[in-house]
Amino acid sequence: MLSIIQILAFVFVTFAASRAVLRAKDKKISLGEFFLWIAIWGGLIFVVFFPGITSYFAQLLGIGRGVDVILYVSISLLFYLIFRLYVKLEETEREITKLVRNLAFIKRKK
Amino acid sequence: MLNQKIFIVIAAYNEEKRIKKVISNLKKQNYKNIVVIDDGSSDKTYEIARKEKVYVLKHIINRGQGAALKTGIDFAIQKKADIIVTFDADGQFLVKEIKNVVMPILKNEADISLGSRFLGKTINIPLLKKLVLKLGVIVVFILYGIKITDSQSGFRAMSRKAAEKINLTADRMEHAGEFFQEIKKNNLKYKEVPITVIYDRYSLKKGQNWNQSIELGIKMLIKRLIG
Repeated sequence: MLSIIQILAFVFVTFAASRAVLRAKDKKISLGEFFLWIAIWGGLIFVVFFPGITSYFAQLLGIGRGVDVILYVSISLLFYLIFRLYVKLEETEREITKLVRNLAFIKRKK
Repeated sequence: MLNQKIFIVIAAYNEEKRIKKVISNLKKQNYKNIVVIDDGSSDKTYEIARKEKVYVLKHIINRGQGAALKTGIDFAIQKKADIIVTFDADGQFLVKEIKNVVMPILKNEADISLGSRFLGKTINIPLLKKLVLKLGVIVVFILYGIKITDSQSGFRAMSRKAAEKINLTADRMEHAGEFFQEIKKNNLKYKEVPITVIYDRYSLKKGQNWNQSIELGIKMLIKRLIG
């Protein structure tokens, strides 16, 4: 018997994974990124349907409970993704500035 | 002094009330090469500066003071400036002190000279502002080993050689810290010169507030650690 949380998680993950498939099809994300996302969502669905596995990892890593393992992994992943976003954003900002500065020069010459 | 080409670079963001006066004061003191960078102002800064017959460059959107100064400095280099001075558009600095700031460069005593409000006269500086600036002095010393008395002065002069070496990448206010980083990296000779900074209601409203300064400090730290 599936619990409500398992059904909700399944629906959500299916939706999220389908987005990843579409993005990969449109070549908006690279193949590596696509596999990263599929691994994340696949891992999540695995954990949702076999919660016992987390206790195994918890014991292996010396963390108290299975749920804690999920929390630690999720938070680390979030930090990593935010960091990547931050770097990307800074890069984009810098590129915009480069454009604006070049435009200023071009406009003056006219 | 007269055979050196001195360029005054002014970054202006929504300064329609002050820019005209600053430009005319500069002209009165015979500074002919004035570069105004309108940093995406939403007011009439650009039009007013254009009427004054100075060099005007326009950023179509606001990119911050660091970016604007870099545009101006690059332009001055292109125009074969010998000395480049960065100046404020809001009238906080005194035009008559430009010659003092330029002097160490002319005499070849320094590659870059930095105006310091704490060596000179400061009129009506708020206590919190003073504290933040002093904290900046400590941060600059720890990060770059450079001893200065004023960490965020916008009043500077540099030789073209120094300007060509200084590589500013930060768009916003972090450029103040970046100058020190570049001084250290390129082994530039620097000298501080007393200047006057006037705090009136107008400049206080426009100046950066303390939480921006803290953000600036943190960004400088991150840059030093991983950059």
